[in-house]
Amino acid sequence: MNLLDLPQYGLPQAEKELLLRAELDRLTEHHRAHCPEYRRLLTIFGSARGTGIAGVPWLPVSVFKTHRLLSVPESEVFKTMTSSGTTGQRVSRIVLDRATAQRQAQALVAIMATVLGPDRLPMLIVDSPAVVGDRRQMSARGAGVLGMAALGRHHTYALDTDMRVDVTAIRRFLERFGDRPFLMFGFTYMVWRHLVTELGAQADLSRGVLVHSGGWKALQAQAVDNPTFKRVLRERFGLTRVHNFYGMVEQVGSVFLEGDDGYLHAPNFADVLVRDPVTWEPAPNGTVGVLEVVSALPTSYPGHAILTEDLGVVHDAGDPATGWGGTRLSVVGRLPRVELRGCGDTHAVNTGAAA
Amino acid sequence: MAVDKLQTVFSETLGLPAEVDWSALAYRKVPEWDSVAHMQLVGEIEEAFGVMLDTADVLGMSSFAAARDILSKHGVAA
Repeated sequence: MNLLDLPQYGLPQAEKELLLRAELDRLTEHHRAHCPEYRRLLTIFGSARGTGIAGVPWLPVSVFKTHRLLSVPESEVFKTMTSSGTTGQRVSRIVLDRATAQRQAQALVAIMATVLGPDRLPMLIVDSPAVVGDRRQMSARGAGVLGMAALGRHHTYALDTDMRVDVTAIRRFLERFGDRPFLMFGFTYMVWRHLVTELGAQADLSRGVLVHSGGWKALQAQAVDNPTFKRVLRERFGLTRVHNFYGMVEQVGSVFLEGDDGYLHAPNFADVLVRDPVTWEPAPNGTVGVLEVVSALPTSYPGHAILTEDLGVVHDAGDPATGWGGTRLSVVGRLPRVELRGCGDTHAVNTGAAA
Repeated sequence: MAVDKLQTVFSETLGLPAEVDWSALAYRKVPEWDSVAHMQLVGEIEEAFGVMLDTADVLGMSSFAAARDILSKHGVAA
């Protein structure tokens, strides 16, 4: 797919929307032909209309909790991803074949290459090795760590199995790799809780590139927003290359990465729009509403246009000449009265009760 | 023999049984080769053969045969 091969964020928005709409229309027809439940859902949620991304029929994300939707024969199911709902909550079940899983992994690489370059860098994982310890029941956080692991080498965990900062491991990693570019990955809350508040000793992370995700909910209670997060990392560790990203298990690989301007940017093969929560019509730029995400990646399940349960604001597209084109997004938070879910917060909730 | 060396790396890293159908061995086709083991395998292959695999290699190494192809691309007869 050429949208994946081209440098991300490099297409003028009008051109990108035409290419992406054509891909999304193909996917609508593909899933209509191969997924009977999707065909029935379309009678409720409507068909493709008009032009632009907003004219693609969308499904609310909750249908993946109530339906196991697949557009491939059962024999081609490669793995099933589940969201990180806690006990008693219904979780999304996302069915992947080999081709979709491969495309998702390639998409993540294409996006991250923008800030990491083409090489696999030494990687410091701001988590515990226990997060990937239970291989039969991989948590969403573990899956996130593993998804990023292909981008790194010499993987080193910054926390020990008791979820305490492993100062020795971090020091050894920095002695060996700290004078050249290296990759750091972790969930936002883990980075704040463990690196910022527990790593008392000054560590020089000035050659690091931190990529983090998982939502701000846990940090909002401590009045930590993205500018504060970045300022503290810069002041304490000399860490200046910090990129948040927004993504979800229902569209793995289609992530919105924070550019140098502090906004999240849509890659070539995905986009985002905001809908008015009363009329469901597209809301004007700059207005808070419900986020809809579209992606050209999913062929094994009909998840190419999903109305999320997140609130956000879409801004004018970035300028490809700056290296950061694509629709610019700010995520505001969760819709009120929907289930609490967010993989980065799972640990926070658990340890918060014990602390 | 180089083929044996690659088989040895796979066997030891994944903890495979004595009898392996090498032509059919593929990522997630056997329980031993999961996403955690995959990254260990990449590291062990790099060390054993003195190569630096890029991300495309890591994602493309979907079978034992693919691993052999990737090594030959890096100029290693395996």
